[in-house]
Amino acid sequence: MAKKQYAFYPGCSSQKGASGSNFLTSIDVMCDKLDIQLNEIPDWNCCAASIGYAEGGELPRLAIGARNLALAEQHLPGQDMVSGCPACWLASREASERLNGHANLMAETNEALKEVGLNFKGSVKPRHMVEVMIEDIGFEGMKKPVVKQLQGMKIAGYVGCQTNRPFGIAGESFENPQYLDKMIEVVGAEAVTKYDQKVTCCGGALAFSEPEKSQKQIRSIVESAYDHGAEMIVTPCQLCQANVEIYQSEINKKQGTKFAMPVVYYTQLLSVAYGGSAKQAGLDGHIIKPKKLQDIAGK
Amino acid sequence: MTNANQQAVALYSNDFLREVEERVEEGEWVKMCMQCGVCAGSCPLGNAWQHTPQKLFMMIRAGKREEVLTSDSMWMCTSCYNCIVRCPRKLPITHIMHGLANYAHRLNLAPKGQPTREVARLFWNSLAKTGRVNELKFSLAMYFKDGIVQGIKNAMAMQSIGLALVMTKRLNPMELFGGHKCKDPGSLHKMIAKAREIEDRKKGFTS
Ligand code: SF4
Ligand code: SF4
Ligand code: SF4
Ligand code: SF4
Repeated sequence: MAKKQYAFYPGCSSQKGASGSNFLTSIDVMCDKLDIQLNEIPDWNCCAASIGYAEGGELPRLAIGARNLALAEQHLPGQDMVSGCPACWLASREASERLNGHANLMAETNEALKEVGLNFKGSVKPRHMVEVMIEDIGFEGMKKPVVKQLQGMKIAGYVGCQTNRPFGIAGESFENPQYLDKMIEVVGAEAVTKYDQKVTCCGGALAFSEPEKSQKQIRSIVESAYDHGAEMIVTPCQLCQANVEIYQSEINKKQGTKFAMPVVYYTQLLSVAYGGSAKQAGLDGHIIKPKKLQDIAGK
Repeated sequence: MTNANQQAVALYSNDFLREVEERVEEGEWVKMCMQCGVCAGSCPLGNAWQHTPQKLFMMIRAGKREEVLTSDSMWMCTSCYNCIVRCPRKLPITHIMHGLANYAHRLNLAPKGQPTREVARLFWNSLAKTGRVNELKFSLAMYFKDGIVQGIKNAMAMQSIGLALVMTKRLNPMELFGGHKCKDPGSLHKMIAKAREIEDRKKGFTS
């Protein structure tokens, strides 16, 4: 079977040696088994995330987003642009929609792009890896390569904000999207369907600037997973993953809780289910070890 | 008062709504707000907002320029997009909050030392320099933004987390020397400068 081809935009947090690098490791195994080929966009730049606005303003931010889109159009024509990171996807899609909808902004952005010898035509479609999984592969397709069932594991699917809003996944609701639970079931684990913090915001970039306020959010997200009997949280978002895993020790220190809830990406679940080793699934990249998943991967 | 601020005051005299419509990202939407209050209950850090988005929109229409632009509130936006998907009038509230924060920042009316303002500035600088964000330099800059003594305290407090990230290969100490970047940062700088120049011209910022 010919492989499905996509222009791939990894984003800063997923480069080697960055906080989401284990996400990238696991995405490789998963795509290999699903006959997906990700072609990295040459010389991509950071998307400015949702915190870039304060200094960046509108046009510099749009130009930064459009540069990636233009590079994809030029080097990987005809391929959809796929990001693993919701913030990257959001920034690219916002840039694409706003520029396509406003001829003056498009002209101004292209004037800036001329400085780097590029031109954005507005044709490439920015998509999230989750969209590719659901729309191009489908749940049946995701099931096919499964060689290991994650039976007996109870997992809380934490969707967070930006995979879910404002665009979300077609056909899913904003308040209670189902796809992550379905992915958990694809690998034979049990999804905590009553998890009430599924789409709660973790504080995002404000985890740095407003630690107390964000840690309150994170505490509810972890606590509810415990309350519903989950032994692990799974998420599609790099920043959610980092925030919810990394700050548990801080919350423990300050508030006397005893949190040690592993937080992994859906790509890691699938990698293990597809027979990937713990290393291939990036399970060595966690501060809170996903012990049970490591055991299953090691079997 | 900065030069750009004086000019804006003179130009728009008492019409703050028009100023927002012309100069703030997505500001032309403000007049569409019907004050239903749905967005007011949507912000995750809700009780930290002295003025909810709904209130800010009302204040803009009432010409409360000073209060709006010096407010700490829009800096509490986590970009969760709860408001956007709920607003019956489809206002791009998140972007208006970002736009107001950016405008207040550029006019230098935003609260001094506001933590999110500082983080955002550092983040943008990290990105604009090389085209990619260097998490280690970014975190170090973060710790030291309040000066050396506080910086060392901050870094010590987060030391166990930093070390754990290094151990799990999620933070690379070598990033301090070089690290990831785009091939030709020079031309990237030119692109960003050009975009900024166009925006400044359009929005009347004189630097
Ligand atoms: S979202 Fe974060 S990691 Fe992704 S490109 Fe943007 S800034 Fe870099
Ligand atoms: S939950 Fe947190 S990290 Fe995830 S998208 Fe929302 S703000 Fe970003
Ligand atoms: S939800 Fe929309 S219409 Fe209602 S107050 Fe907020 S901005 Fe105005
Ligand atoms: S995006 Fe910002 S303004 Fe909208 S609900 Fe979230 S925090 Fe509030």
